[in-house]
Amino acid sequence: MGKPKIACYWAASCGGCDVSVLDIGSKLADIVEQVEIVFWPIALDFKYKDVEAMPDQSIDICLFNGGIRNEENEHMAKLLRRKSKILIAYGACAYLGGILGLANLATLKELFSRVYRETPSTVNPENTVPQPTVKVKEGELKLSPLLEYLKPLNEVVEVDYYIPGCPPIGEKAWEALIALIKGEKPPKGTVLTADERTVCDSCPRVKEEKKIKELKRIYQVIPDPEKCFLEQGIICMGPATRGGCDAQCIKAGLPCKGCFGPAPNVEDQGARMLSALASIVEVNSEEEAKRFAESVADPAGTFYLFSLPSSMLKRRVK
Amino acid sequence: MRGWKLVAEEFTPKIIGFTCNWCTYAAADLAGTSRMQYPPNLRLVRVMCSGRVSPEFVLKAFQLGADGVFIGGCHLGDCHYIHGNFKAITRYYLLKKMLQQFGIEPERVRFNFISAAEGEAFTQAVKDFTEQLKRLGPLRPSGGEGSGEA
Ligand code: FES
Repeated sequence: MGKPKIACYWAASCGGCDVSVLDIGSKLADIVEQVEIVFWPIALDFKYKDVEAMPDQSIDICLFNGGIRNEENEHMAKLLRRKSKILIAYGACAYLGGILGLANLATLKELFSRVYRETPSTVNPENTVPQPTVKVKEGELKLSPLLEYLKPLNEVVEVDYYIPGCPPIGEKAWEALIALIKGEKPPKGTVLTADERTVCDSCPRVKEEKKIKELKRIYQVIPDPEKCFLEQGIICMGPATRGGCDAQCIKAGLPCKGCFGPAPNVEDQGARMLSALASIVEVNSEEEAKRFAESVADPAGTFYLFSLPSSMLKRRVK
Repeated sequence: MRGWKLVAEEFTPKIIGFTCNWCTYAAADLAGTSRMQYPPNLRLVRVMCSGRVSPEFVLKAFQLGADGVFIGGCHLGDCHYIHGNFKAITRYYLLKKMLQQFGIEPERVRFNFISAAEGEAFTQAVKDFTEQLKRLGPLRPSGGEGSGEA
């Protein structure tokens, strides 16, 4: 038997996931000895037709990062699913939709008009908007058409495992890969490199009583470095988010943004966080409750920063 | 698909209601035993306290095809568990704000404080809510089946 074959692919993502694969530094050289990388657009010169030419199921593990936002993404997801024994949704975007998924709160039409007409920095007097096909003198150029909404990978193909994070932790991801290569078989659908508990469980900060009067945003105060963010009135997604990140952001002085996705047994990360936050506010009247709600600047964007396309509502309803 | 046909006939909104055991559910009971009339659109779920109603319940209802969600609890200060309805009302206002971002009219969720003695207030709330939802028309959830494109 030859070396295990690995593929990495990026769909609608920022490139950070690919970089996280390289995050392990010089250890990568050892690992690359043990595996054969057969496809990795960001690093190696393979073409789509090379993948098409591979026999089905010939890739041992495919790390797929990015959400499904255009027809090309969808096509590649289906192709790589066919060619791979194990398909892993790698990173928050493939797993949950990710930050790009926030665009699901707008329709495609609104998105185009926002980006190509309305933003303060847009200067576009000729109203140029990208088209799926355009004729130039050398011939016809094609751009993959966008889908109406962004979908997480598992809405398009069957996914075997998930590796969470924005980006994932490279070291842990490789450990998980090596374990799979050695033949370990966690149950299908397992979220690898993650805990079965919340971020709060691994957070080193002191937690006393959660009771706040109002919210503070991180630029308005200098947070106490020892004390629970929520107790200081700063939104921290810890209670609704899966642990496994070793509370990296929190240790660096930033509240959790939720990139590991919903905690185990939480169906909807955003709704759960909304609930947790509202429960710690001290209000004495309906008026105060209303005022508090108004003070949350962008509830959907805050509570679903990484998980909107895989939430219960998934996107703008109408 | 689901919604459009109904509109043409006459739209009958589906309402899921969560009412607390100690006040609003008892009010619904009173309305029933007193044979008060109210629209049949409401499907009631009894919970121990309005504070038990997680926003996930509300989203789930919408996902599965509800057009509106009703939450009923004790008057502020009367909650059997003291602070339950304060938490509930805070969630409620925050959820309404968030639903708007999803293009769901905030009026599709309604919270009323109704004590065990207020059968009349309960029936009135259901009547008003049903009327309001009729005006709003059906909600087409994008999460569940029968989803339509926006
Ligand atoms: S018991 Fe009725 S609202 Fe808490």
